[in-house]
Amino acid sequence: MKKKDIPQQAHHLYAGETKAVYAINEEGKLEIAQTAGWEVEIDVLQQAIDEIDRLSADALQRVRAGESSPLEYHMYAQRMDLPMLAQAVGVFKWRVKKHLKPTGFAKLKPEQLSLYASVLGIDVETLQELPDDN
Amino acid sequence: MTTDFIHRQAAHCETGAISNLLQHYNLDISEPMAFGLASGITFAYLKMVKINGLPLIAYRMPPRMIIKLLSRRINGLDIRFNKFKNEAEGMAALDKKLAENIIVGLQASVFFLPYFPREMRFHFNAHNLLVYGKENDEYKISDPIFSHLVQADRKSLTQARFSRGALAPKGMMYYPVNVPSKVDFERLIPKAIRFTGKMNGRWNPIPLAGIRGMKRVAKKIEKLKNEDPRHARLFLGHIVRMQEEIGTGGAGFRFMYAAFLQEAAEKLNCNELADLSREMTDAGDAWREFAVLAARTSKQRGEHDYIDIARQLQKVADKEYDLYNQMSGFKIR
Repeated sequence: MKKKDIPQQAHHLYAGETKAVYAINEEGKLEIAQTAGWEVEIDVLQQAIDEIDRLSADALQRVRAGESSPLEYHMYAQRMDLPMLAQAVGVFKWRVKKHLKPTGFAKLKPEQLSLYASVLGIDVETLQELPDDN
Repeated sequence: MTTDFIHRQAAHCETGAISNLLQHYNLDISEPMAFGLASGITFAYLKMVKINGLPLIAYRMPPRMIIKLLSRRINGLDIRFNKFKNEAEGMAALDKKLAENIIVGLQASVFFLPYFPREMRFHFNAHNLLVYGKENDEYKISDPIFSHLVQADRKSLTQARFSRGALAPKGMMYYPVNVPSKVDFERLIPKAIRFTGKMNGRWNPIPLAGIRGMKRVAKKIEKLKNEDPRHARLFLGHIVRMQEEIGTGGAGFRFMYAAFLQEAAEKLNCNELADLSREMTDAGDAWREFAVLAARTSKQRGEHDYIDIARQLQKVADKEYDLYNQMSGFKIR
């Protein structure tokens, strides 16, 4: 890739940050240079974020309908899924699955709640609540 | 606090961290040189390791391998690694090293680092950064992939160092115990190049790695047409995201390796390496074309189908195969 061909498509996802790439300068030598963003990367990043949003929105509906616990919503909202969450808390998937249901969630001990909260990077109160409508 | 630390933005976190660290201790190893000497370039398709339900695809050696191999290969370079059982111990050890004016490398989860743009924060546990100082509860950080210096509060940095799950950092920190004043490039460069060639090309014994891994992914892409279209699109997007977004990416690593070959050609005054560097740059460009095709199809744009994308990947694989085979027999003449 030539230095002048480095894509410079800044995007709000990057919040103004740049990345470094090696590219060929005018003298035909590779050197480090900056890129503000590349459409291809932005598209796939956006795709991944959309998928997370879709999963969290679906989960939110299920929680509101009383079919799931807030843990399911926060799991997706904090960009995890069942295998990742199970691995992070060091518990079998089938047990985490139980906690994704309101009955299983209600039985969680305070230590378990705080472990879930900490791997998700939120506090225990937030874990038990849902975001406000709007 | 260390005030004379020079931050240089790098294309990849681990190579950037070790290069900035070594240069601080007066050993002139550029990022590409660190990458090349550690034989960092590869390809691996790990079907069993799932990230958000999709297989892990790596374009470089596993985390820590670059620094480990580098310290094994460079005579006199001693980088010490520490892991910790609990957070308090891990933070105390970091503070102690900083108080001794030592630059410390950390493995950390991107998700908990407050200076990352919100949308870029995924649960990726094997990010690398350097801490060069501390003021009250704010840690002064040189994060190799940022263009500027950053900082993180104690609570966030603790979370980032002790995040759990795949590749959990367990508070991992590293620091130099001994840094030599020079490197025997004449001996190391050819050795590292041959190793890279053997690991990826004809001599590679592992079907999931190197060129064989790339061909396997190409086959998988061909079969995507029979799968649920939404999953197929996510899979394609995922390949590109692993390639370009997380870390440096397939093309990015090829360009970095090409920069290493260029530097090696100058150091050893060797035209064969300059040619290899150009070929590797072409391979990087071919990876970028592949990313464009895959991302377009993933977004249901353009006329390309899965067969075209698979063919492009095959093309890249064939090109790199020849390159690696040439490298595996490299000698200075």
